[in-house]
Amino acid sequence: MNSTILPNPDELISAMGASLRSNLVDDPILIGIHTGGAWVAKRLHANLGLTTPLGSIDISFYRDDFSRIGLHPEVKMSEIPDDIEDRSVILVDDVLQTGRTIRAALNEIFSWGRPAVVQLAVLIERGARELPIQPDVVGVRLNLDPSQHIKLSGPEELKLTIMKKHL
Amino acid sequence: MKSLIQFDQDGRLTHFLTIRGLNRETLSEILDDAESFISIGERQIRKVPLLRGRTLVNLFFEDSTRTRTTFEIAAKRLSADVINLNASRLSTNKGERILDTIRTLEAMHTDIFVIRDNASGTSHLLAEHMPPHVHIINAGDGRHEHPTQAMLDMFTIRRHKKDFGDLRVAIVGDILHSRVARSQIHALGILGTRDIRVIGPRTLLPTEIERLGVNTFSDLDEGLEGVDVIMMLRLQLERMEGQLIPSSQEYFRRYGLTTERVRRADPDVIVMHPGPINRGLEIASEVADGENSLILEQVTNGIAVRMSIMAKVMDGQNSSQEADK
Repeated sequence: MNSTILPNPDELISAMGASLRSNLVDDPILIGIHTGGAWVAKRLHANLGLTTPLGSIDISFYRDDFSRIGLHPEVKMSEIPDDIEDRSVILVDDVLQTGRTIRAALNEIFSWGRPAVVQLAVLIERGARELPIQPDVVGVRLNLDPSQHIKLSGPEELKLTIMKKHL
Repeated sequence: MKSLIQFDQDGRLTHFLTIRGLNRETLSEILDDAESFISIGERQIRKVPLLRGRTLVNLFFEDSTRTRTTFEIAAKRLSADVINLNASRLSTNKGERILDTIRTLEAMHTDIFVIRDNASGTSHLLAEHMPPHVHIINAGDGRHEHPTQAMLDMFTIRRHKKDFGDLRVAIVGDILHSRVARSQIHALGILGTRDIRVIGPRTLLPTEIERLGVNTFSDLDEGLEGVDVIMMLRLQLERMEGQLIPSSQEYFRRYGLTTERVRRADPDVIVMHPGPINRGLEIASEVADGENSLILEQVTNGIAVRMSIMAKVMDGQNSSQEADK
C-alpha cells in the first residue's frame, strides 16, 4: 500500500463543478464513461444543476484492444438522452492515463452525431499518456509510479484507493 | 462429446455450433451483450469498429435469404467485411467439396464462417478441420440445430417475460424435423424454464423426446392451456408428400394457431415464429399480425443477437491482460 493521503472525491468534484460553471455554455450534455466516470458525472450533473438528463456510455465496442482482451465481461448500455447534433458535450471520466479510453469515447460520441464542442473533465489525471489527449477540467493531478493502479470505488460513497498492479 | 469442439483449450467459446453443452452463464452473457448491441441500431451511425478488418463468409449450402441477410447486417454493423456465397449448386460429393471450399476460403484469411447446410453436423465437421484462429457459426444444419435462432428467441422472450423460472412455453408443429425446436428446447432447459411443452401430431413428435425434460401433447388446445409463450414452427410442405400429415386443411384444423386457440393461453401470451410463415397452414393471419405476435421483432432482435454471438466467438485471443485506462 502507498502512504499517500488520497483526496476525497466529493471535494474534488465540487471543485470541478466550480471550474466548469465558470465557463458553462448553455445547456450542455454531460456524459459519463462507465463505470467510474458515470458516478463522477452523476454528482457533477447535480452540482451543476443541469436540465438535460445525464448521459452515459460504455466504450467496450470502440476499444482498440478487443482482439487482445475481448469484450468487457459486462457491457453496459450507452444512453445519450438527447440529440447530440451541434450541442456542447462534457465528457467525464474517473482516471485519465493513456488516453485510449477517451479516444474510444470520442469515436462513440461521434456515432451518435456531430457535437459542436466536446470538453473533457476527469477526476484524476496521471501521466503515461499514449495519445495526444488533454483534459479541460481536472480534480487532481497525481504523480504515480507505473506499478501503481488507482481505483475509484462507489457508487454510494466514492473512495479512491491505490493498489499494486498485478503484472 | 461432440459439442466440446466449440470450446478452445482454455474453455472459451470459439465456435457456435450447438446450444447443447453450453451453460446458463454463457447464454446469459450472450443475451446481456445483445441488449447493448440493440442500442447501436438506434444511433445515427449504426456501426461499431469491433470487427474492423475481419472477414466473414456466409456459406449457405441451402437457401435462406432471411437468415443470411441478418448475419450480413450483423457483421456489417460490427464493421467486418462480408462475403456471401450461395453454394447450393455444389451439392455432388458434398463432404469433400465443402472441406475443399472452406480450405480455399480459409487460405484467403477468412476469420468467421457462417454455415447453413441441409446435412446435420456440417458445421461440426468444418470446425474439426479449422485452424484455431478461424471461427465457425452454425446457421442451421439439417435436423440437428439452429442455435442462433434459438438465442434470438430466448432474447425476445426475455425482453417481454423476464424470468424463465416462471414460464410455461409451448413449441408447436413439426418437432421431429425441426432443428429450431431442438435448439429451443436445449436453450429453454439451460435457462431453467419451468414448463416446456412440445405439441404436434404424433407422427411429428420424436420418440423419447421426454428425456429432454419436456411435456408432450398431441392435442393443441390442451397443450396451450395457460402458456406464457407460444413458439410456432414452420411446417415444411414436403412433409406432406411423405404422408406424415394428412392434408393442409386437416393440419390447420388440428394444429393451426387461431385466435380462439390463443385465448386458451395466458392473456399476456406472446406468439413467435422463426419465419417465413405459412399463413393458413400453421398459423392464421389474424394471429401472425395480431397484438400478441412478436414475429417481426424477432427479426430485428436477430441482428443484435448475432452481433453478440460473433463478438463472443471472436472475443480476445488473450483474455488475461488487463485493459489500459
